[in-house]
Amino acid sequence: MKPRFGLLWHLCWRSILNRRLSVALTVVAVGLAVAMLIGVERLRGDARAAFAQTISGTDLVVGARGGGAQLLLYSVFHIGNASNEISWDSVQRIAAMPQVDWVVPLALGDSHRGFRVVGTTAAYFEHYRYGERRSLAFAEGRAFADVFETVLGAEVAARHGYRVGDRIVLSHGAGADGTRFAEHADKPFTVVGILARSGTPVDRSVLVSLEGIAAIHVDWAGGAPIPGLSIAPEHVRKFDLRPKTVTAALVGLKSRIAVFRVQRAINTDTAEPLSAVLPGATLQELWNLVGLAEQALLAVSALVVVVGLAGLVAVMVAGLGERRRELAILRALGAGPRQVFALLALESIAASAAGIALGLALVYGAAALAGPWLQAEYGLAPSLGWPGVAELRLLAAVLAASLLASVLPGLRAYRYSLADGMTIRI
Amino acid sequence: MSEAVMVQGLRFRWPGAAADCLAVADFRLAAGERVFLRGPSGSGKSTLLSLIGGVLLPDTGTVAVHGQDLAALPAGRRDRYRADHVGFVFQLFNLLPYLSVLDNILLPCRFSPLRTRRLAEAGTTPVAEALRLAARLDLDEALLGRSAAALSVGQQQRVAAARALIGRPALVVADEPTSALDADRQQAFLDLLLGECAAASAALLFVSHDGRLAGHFDRVADLAALNRADAGAPR
Repeated sequence: MKPRFGLLWHLCWRSILNRRLSVALTVVAVGLAVAMLIGVERLRGDARAAFAQTISGTDLVVGARGGGAQLLLYSVFHIGNASNEISWDSVQRIAAMPQVDWVVPLALGDSHRGFRVVGTTAAYFEHYRYGERRSLAFAEGRAFADVFETVLGAEVAARHGYRVGDRIVLSHGAGADGTRFAEHADKPFTVVGILARSGTPVDRSVLVSLEGIAAIHVDWAGGAPIPGLSIAPEHVRKFDLRPKTVTAALVGLKSRIAVFRVQRAINTDTAEPLSAVLPGATLQELWNLVGLAEQALLAVSALVVVVGLAGLVAVMVAGLGERRRELAILRALGAGPRQVFALLALESIAASAAGIALGLALVYGAAALAGPWLQAEYGLAPSLGWPGVAELRLLAAVLAASLLASVLPGLRAYRYSLADGMTIRI
Repeated sequence: MSEAVMVQGLRFRWPGAAADCLAVADFRLAAGERVFLRGPSGSGKSTLLSLIGGVLLPDTGTVAVHGQDLAALPAGRRDRYRADHVGFVFQLFNLLPYLSVLDNILLPCRFSPLRTRRLAEAGTTPVAEALRLAARLDLDEALLGRSAAALSVGQQQRVAAARALIGRPALVVADEPTSALDADRQQAFLDLLLGECAAASAALLFVSHDGRLAGHFDRVADLAALNRADAGAPR
């Protein structure tokens, strides 16, 4: 007798409805497990994409000699601090190289209410690219043109409600955790522009000119104000505000073909120990470091799915003892052992399929609800698109695992129905 | 018309058992015949019914139902044959608790398209036939939509009878269908079952240890006398 699917589905559905509480609980368990697995995979993909797209269009990042990963972390991601600065002479020497198209210097070390201050030139707005070579856009205002003007990243402005025209005070030191260091309270900056959101560390940056950085440190020495010396903003302009050192520089070449030659030239510079790194390759290297933790997270999520499916099978198998009578009735009505197998396997498959659907719904629901918060808090925009190849592969694996798991109750029912036949065991 | 049941030279031994469980030289049910088979528990009754249902196969000999030697059919076809031609009523727990009463009665038609076709040839539909049988078996129409688990034992047995009879199978096998009922209900149930089997011209094999019910049948057989397994059958 061929399995008559309509009949089996009818019986399966009614039987599930009859035990809706226990089945619903197992479906929720599987759903949460699947949501966790797919959620982790999706965040992983999004995090990797956001990470890889942080900087593009820059051919080399130059800083003091040291590890490439570290250089990229402090210069582009604003994580950690540079152990050494590079001299302004070196920056100019690099800019003068024939293959070099542009240089954007970066001076780090100050902060504003937990956000990093980046001292740079107006070329930053022209040459800094992210994603598919997108340039930074102004949501409001313009680039800084004067010593005491500043441009804010989208997140900085949004967090504190800053508008163009507001005046802000910078703090000495990079207190990312909000620790207050000495303040440059005597030299406030006027907000002249606010950038549109980019999903990069730029959102959390306060951008000022290199002259601005120099100006607030004119009356400082060794990281502290010089006692008894205070120079008013209007007098500061008379000083030489050309920077003596910067933290790092972004370099763009006229032709990418020269990149290794220029890199070698910078790395072997005899005037100053410098490092030049290729951002793409170094991003990859960095991600591989993070990758281990990320793999562990995925493995744990996979285990949670296995636990969820095991729970489902346990519920199905535990219920089977009470259902032996039902199996005997089905045999008497003309069901073969294979149909009994199919019926029980179908119930488990239906329950796990419902769990998978619930899990996906949870992932999309959570991405839609928590997306804005994740974006604001971590610069991570969870994508709402169709599942990608990796996710589909995971879903297929979960489906395969649930099919495999469904065999167990089916096989047990098959064995019961062979042993019992139509005899009802009371 | 072919015989409803024909058992000949049957021997059956459970795997691993030392002796035969059943040895029946000859046992027949004519088409439409109503036979009372007396058998105390442990007399091989369930085994015989499983053999007639085609769930078990004899080691030697023949079990034919409605003219078909069951051993000649592959397993899947045998299950289908049972669905097409035999209706069962058991002592208790006949119904699927998660289906409505009506769905329970209709179940054989869903397993067996042949039963549905027979009803179509008689100019009716499964649902109409279920309603008719329910009315004949004293089942209130209001009960049909209820869950089968909500019925009394007596009502459950009548639903089981309607289910066995729907689609006019050649044979109804009833295994102690009345032993869970009290005495006056037993008689009423038996009358309904006999009457409907006659109306459907189905043969009835009624198995019980309670000889008091035997009077209403065409013939009475004794399984203890039929089964020669213990009585010096050649080893």
